[in-house]
Amino acid sequence: MRRLSPALLLLCLPLGGCQDWQSVLNAQGPAASSLARMFWIFVAVLATVWALTMIALLLSLRRRRPFDADPLATNPATERRMTITISVAVGLTLLTVISLTGLSYAAQKALFAHKDGSLTLLVTGQQWWWKITYEDSQPNRVFTTANEIHIPVGEPVLVKLESSDVIHSFWIPSLTGKMDAITGRQNQLQIQADRPGIYRGQCAEYCGLQHAHMALLVVAENKEDFERWREQQISSAISPGDEERQRGMEIFLSKPCIMCHQIRGTDAGGKIAPDLTHVGSRRTIGAGTLETTRGNIAAWIVDPHGVKPGVNMPTIQLEPSEVQPLASYLEGLK
Amino acid sequence: MRRLLVMSLTALALAACEREDREYRANPVTSETNEKIALSPLSAGPSGPTEQRSGLGKEYEENAYHISQGQRLYVWFNCNGCHANGGGDSGPALMDDRWIYGGQIGNIVQTIREGRPNGMPSFRGKIPDDQIWQIAAYIRSMGRNVPKAAAPGRKDDLSPGPAEQRRPPGEVIDGGQTPPSAQMPQ
Repeated sequence: MRRLSPALLLLCLPLGGCQDWQSVLNAQGPAASSLARMFWIFVAVLATVWALTMIALLLSLRRRRPFDADPLATNPATERRMTITISVAVGLTLLTVISLTGLSYAAQKALFAHKDGSLTLLVTGQQWWWKITYEDSQPNRVFTTANEIHIPVGEPVLVKLESSDVIHSFWIPSLTGKMDAITGRQNQLQIQADRPGIYRGQCAEYCGLQHAHMALLVVAENKEDFERWREQQISSAISPGDEERQRGMEIFLSKPCIMCHQIRGTDAGGKIAPDLTHVGSRRTIGAGTLETTRGNIAAWIVDPHGVKPGVNMPTIQLEPSEVQPLASYLEGLK
Repeated sequence: MRRLLVMSLTALALAACEREDREYRANPVTSETNEKIALSPLSAGPSGPTEQRSGLGKEYEENAYHISQGQRLYVWFNCNGCHANGGGDSGPALMDDRWIYGGQIGNIVQTIREGRPNGMPSFRGKIPDDQIWQIAAYIRSMGRNVPKAAAPGRKDDLSPGPAEQRRPPGEVIDGGQTPPSAQMPQ
């Protein structure tokens, strides 16, 4: 027991992490709440069953039979008692299994029930980042961003999931369960956040070398903040304010960056890599790999494979004096 | 004793398990490899034209990772816009054995870098050098001019032909002609 208790304590330690921004037990939306409720019901019921079984087992181990008793002897009273005990146990087992099945079924019905919402997103999983397109009936209000989803609080948001290369899985533990993004087909999922906050999500289907660095953030905010954010994202990139940023823009447009990246409002129109129109307004770069700071942007440009080995961003030939203006320009794209 | 022998031999055999190296990180210092490729034996003066090849090609065309990256970049950078899936369209076919500007990997790299008359644009400064080499290696794999083990085993899109890996080994014949669609009207 003395050796067991530190081990038990250590096992309990990770539970402290369950209040984090990426946790199934930190449910912040209706779907996640119903999943968390299911989880706790299963834990409680199964723990009770386990405890009862163990108690019965311990009792039977402790009870001694008279040593000289005839093992084949039967006694009608004992037989009757045993029949009743076993029937009750079997009945209880059936009841447990049936009621848990029923509960799961009810939870699933709630999980997959589609509510009408005004917002539809197209999320495309790519090695190793998320492309996010906000759909709208007006074509000029459609825009694309990457790795950061903003949603209004309390509204169901429809997420259409696609993939451009291999199978990925979209998972925001605090909001809902997993759903795979599969090439050549579209899966749909609804997310809803009940409280404002930032919830982290992660690709949940192994998709290659940098699967672990394929995160996304869901920022749930109130309606006005969300509308303000959307208007700002729809707009083209702001023109560089000072001379350094102007030079940064010229460097960006004259280097291979434009083959893959788009900055709306400039000549850069690549559609392969994340849209950088408002990259400075996003919290992270490299799909949750680094925080968005000028230094991190510079590090990412100079040595992407040092930060995220195998990423599809190539090393680009830059003069040392070109790094600072370029990072400054990108950081300024709020 | 016998079991020990078998075990040690198995352990010895495991030592041969070497995974192919994947070079993710290009050398950030050199801007581009030095290729000087003569397309014709003619030159002014008594000696022939000077040629210089960096010899980097082997590293790329014998490496499955580089070739499959090239396969992806081929579509990303819209090579298929003119050359289709290698069968040629407004640009010449790439999977056949005829090479207007030479079929060695260095020649293909030069073609992508410098561009060629009648339509092929120059990608110098637009595509980083290591990616040009990757694309060239993939183009070599279309006519199976790369080792079977390194050639791509599957295609991402529907294709009427077998994957590069299952094509018969090809050869390179210099020559060929510009397709009529790419010629200047007379």
